[in-house]
Amino acid sequence: MTMSHARQQGDLKGFLRAPLAIARGYGSAKTGTEHWWAQRMTSIALVPLGVWFALSVALMPSADLAVVKAWIGNPCNTALLLLFIGVGCHHASAGLDIIMEDYIHCESAKLICVIGQRMLLLLLAVTCMAAVLKVAFGG
Amino acid sequence: MAQVGKRPLSPHLSVYRLYFTMVMSGLHRITGLGLVFGVLLLAWWLLAAAAGPDHFAVVQGLLGSWFGKLCLFGWTFSLFYHMSNGVRHMLWDMGVAMDIEGIKTGGVVMAAVAGTLTIATWAIVIAVG
Repeated sequence: MTMSHARQQGDLKGFLRAPLAIARGYGSAKTGTEHWWAQRMTSIALVPLGVWFALSVALMPSADLAVVKAWIGNPCNTALLLLFIGVGCHHASAGLDIIMEDYIHCESAKLICVIGQRMLLLLLAVTCMAAVLKVAFGG
Repeated sequence: MAQVGKRPLSPHLSVYRLYFTMVMSGLHRITGLGLVFGVLLLAWWLLAAAAGPDHFAVVQGLLGSWFGKLCLFGWTFSLFYHMSNGVRHMLWDMGVAMDIEGIKTGGVVMAAVAGTLTIATWAIVIAVG
């Protein structure tokens, strides 16, 4: 990897900085790896969480409210459900970002949709979590 | 800024012949979108469970109808398809099977895995209750 512009020109600031400090924020987009990593991490986490959720619901002996409440109330299920919702909504938000950026071309509409989607998914996640906690602790 | 939206765009769906890998990729996006609607449904179900028997009966009734079951089946398939294709994407991130043959074979295997998981889950649903 070539050294940065600053170093080649003998700039004092470049000379005193570590290579990583010079590399960080370089390039036209300045950032992006966090988004990439977040997508990968949430994807990996959602594989066991998604399988757990689908199988748990499928294995539920009946659809009675009492059975469902008991299932949600079990601390293991409460934890996994909260994680599934939180991680799932974060992953969904990242995915919707990409879809909106791809198909909405008017800059102002795109901005409104992207910001709106993040807020709505956050609202959705917190609402789901509130419902889960109410069932788990409310009795 | 208003002019940006008026620029001509390259045609895509109107000119490209639909081929396998393209359909797989498109389905990944569509199932992703479908899963978001499923999360909305999940939110409604959880809120109804927290609210009480009356509200819960409404949601369960809708989910138990033929249309509701169809939606749930579609959601299950979306989940497993998007998951399997996601794993395929992550394998590509690691550089595995990135040649044309690998991508096509991977696509077939992935779709088969997704279908199998969907059918297995619904077999469990039918067997349990």
